[in-house]
Amino acid sequence: MVPLYWYLWLGGVVFAIGVFGFLARRNIIIMFLSIELMLNGVNISLVALSHYMQDLRGQILVFFIIAVAAAEAAIGLAIIIAMFRNRDTLHADEMAEMKG
Amino acid sequence: MPGSYLPSSYLPVLIFLVISLVFGLGALVMGGMFRLRRPYAEKLRPYESGVTPVGEPRQRFSVRFYVIAMLFVVFDVEVIFLYPWAVVFDRIGLFAFIEMVIFIFILLVGYVYAWRKEAFVWE
Amino acid sequence: MNEINVSMLAPLLPEVIMASAGILVLLVELVARRKETAGLLSIAAVAVAAYYVPHSFGKSFGGMFVSDGYSAFFKFIFFINLILTVLLSMRYLVIEKSNHGEYYSLVVFSTLGMMLMASAGDLIVLYLGLELMALSSYVLAGFIRHDARSSEAAVKYFLLGAFSSALLLYGITLVYGLTGTTDVSLIGAAVVEKGLSTPLFLSVVFLMAAFGFKTALAPFHMWAPDVYEGAPTSVTAFMSVGPKAAAFAAFGRVFLTGFGSLSTDWTGILVVLSILTMAVGNILAIQQDNIKRMLAYSSVAHAGYAVLGIIVGGAEGLAAMMNYLFIYGFMNLGAFAVVIMLRSEGVRGEALEDYKGLAKTHPFAAAVMLVFMFSLTGIPPTAGFIGKFYLFKAVVGAGYAWLAVVTVIFSAISAYFYLRVVMYMYMLEPEGEAVTLSLSPSLGLALLITTLVVILIGVYPSPLLSFARLAAG
Repeated sequence: MVPLYWYLWLGGVVFAIGVFGFLARRNIIIMFLSIELMLNGVNISLVALSHYMQDLRGQILVFFIIAVAAAEAAIGLAIIIAMFRNRDTLHADEMAEMKG
Repeated sequence: MPGSYLPSSYLPVLIFLVISLVFGLGALVMGGMFRLRRPYAEKLRPYESGVTPVGEPRQRFSVRFYVIAMLFVVFDVEVIFLYPWAVVFDRIGLFAFIEMVIFIFILLVGYVYAWRKEAFVWE
Repeated sequence: MNEINVSMLAPLLPEVIMASAGILVLLVELVARRKETAGLLSIAAVAVAAYYVPHSFGKSFGGMFVSDGYSAFFKFIFFINLILTVLLSMRYLVIEKSNHGEYYSLVVFSTLGMMLMASAGDLIVLYLGLELMALSSYVLAGFIRHDARSSEAAVKYFLLGAFSSALLLYGITLVYGLTGTTDVSLIGAAVVEKGLSTPLFLSVVFLMAAFGFKTALAPFHMWAPDVYEGAPTSVTAFMSVGPKAAAFAAFGRVFLTGFGSLSTDWTGILVVLSILTMAVGNILAIQQDNIKRMLAYSSVAHAGYAVLGIIVGGAEGLAAMMNYLFIYGFMNLGAFAVVIMLRSEGVRGEALEDYKGLAKTHPFAAAVMLVFMFSLTGIPPTAGFIGKFYLFKAVVGAGYAWLAVVTVIFSAISAYFYLRVVMYMYMLEPEGEAVTLSLSPSLGLALLITTLVVILIGVYPSPLLSFARLAAG
């Protein structure tokens, strides 16, 4: 028997790693991957809770999160490519066209 | 049943995973223990008896691949909505069928749009 | 198990119309020679959808979708936002050499997302609406593909927007785990029953941070100035009104319906956020010399005022907030319309310097800008005064007299940078080569509508007030 708390801890830790990665890393692709990690932390927790409560809503939300994350990945990569063509950098600190 | 989290029906998968790991790693370890080791420069080259590699292996590749990959990701993931629908198809009837047709129609519009915008043209 | 049938779609009719319109606009764009056709089509679609909004009241999909007065009021804000944005964009996109028809369909889809957010009776619908709105606006922010500032704005908006929606999702997950549901009114019932616990408080904090990002409340506002400055001006106008109002709509519904019984626990945080937001927005706006960036900080400050409505709570507070957001939409879009008018081939027209002596060279443009600056400051007889007045009345009525005083002080500070624009226009001599106006019929129409409404609400506010009161009650 694997208790619910283990799954919730796993989800929470994966989410926290994502938050840390987003805040600590400065490469845009890595920051984007960190966001995906956060989403997967959420997905683990949701599926565990959904199974524990025998309620489908959580799993429905996971389906939507996966689909939206795919759309987000497509749009995010497109935006990043557009920026790379203009600026030739993938470093967040070098994006300083606007300040103040 | 609530409270039970050991997916026991997946146990064979776990056993299979363990056996394949043991087999794969075992073969490598055993080979390493028994084989003769007489290295020389020619033998350590990436392609021992082929053409000498030229240039950097990490080439930049065309941005076109990204466009195709993006389109693939978008259309690929939408399939997850088709699976639950297919499982209960005979129980939820015509309305859900029409809904799914509309869903696929919207995807089709996206496809036509990408097509007309020449996203699939490889210059 | 509820039976699924076509009648469930009746409350969604305006949304169905908008979704069909978005697809149609996308297809028309493929064949139309003039891209403006797509813009006009989207305005027509909004007119049809707006007609059906009052006829669509009701709940659908087991309470997941709620069409009521509250959502209807916000939908009208979104419709006005869309119409004015399209009018502003037609000529501007040609000047920016980015006249692509996708623009209009993205605006329509983004508006559809906002409508879903305003009508979300369930956190799943809320999330989907939010993402539809956000994903469309990320693309819009980077719409001028050959401009480094535009794509930089898009990257920043995208990263922070995606981060905030991940925070929202974790908040939703915690709430789901604690209450066993994602339905906002059922969450409300479960919260009343179970009371406050540490994880529940944590989830409230997560949701507050996520909504804070979307409404640009300090300290979650960092993205706003860069994104507002870099994005195409018409998109900045769109983003500073629609998505902000949509986030407030969802914020109000989730916090007052879902966590209403805990309001004593979270209003304290919100009061701090509100004061911080007003301080950051108004004080940092003073040192800006780019008008778009100044309006970005001003927009942050206005979010600080509007959130007072949620602090007050109840029908009174919500009505004051809705009223304020409605007025803010007109005056902000109007101000951006003037900024767009100063943009012409070769001249960016974003620097405050460009406004020097505008009253001498272009008295009409200066007069219109004067109205919007007065309104944003909150000087009678403009609409901005009415918005602030009813907000203060609600705040004082709820027993937060000191908070109203703080707000008035920050409004006084805001007069400095709004009236500086007026001073530049009327009291300084034009410098260097004069700016040329790029006035088009559609932009003129947008300016006419916004100016008239700002003055009209200023002198005769009662219809709007009773509409807001009715919608919130």
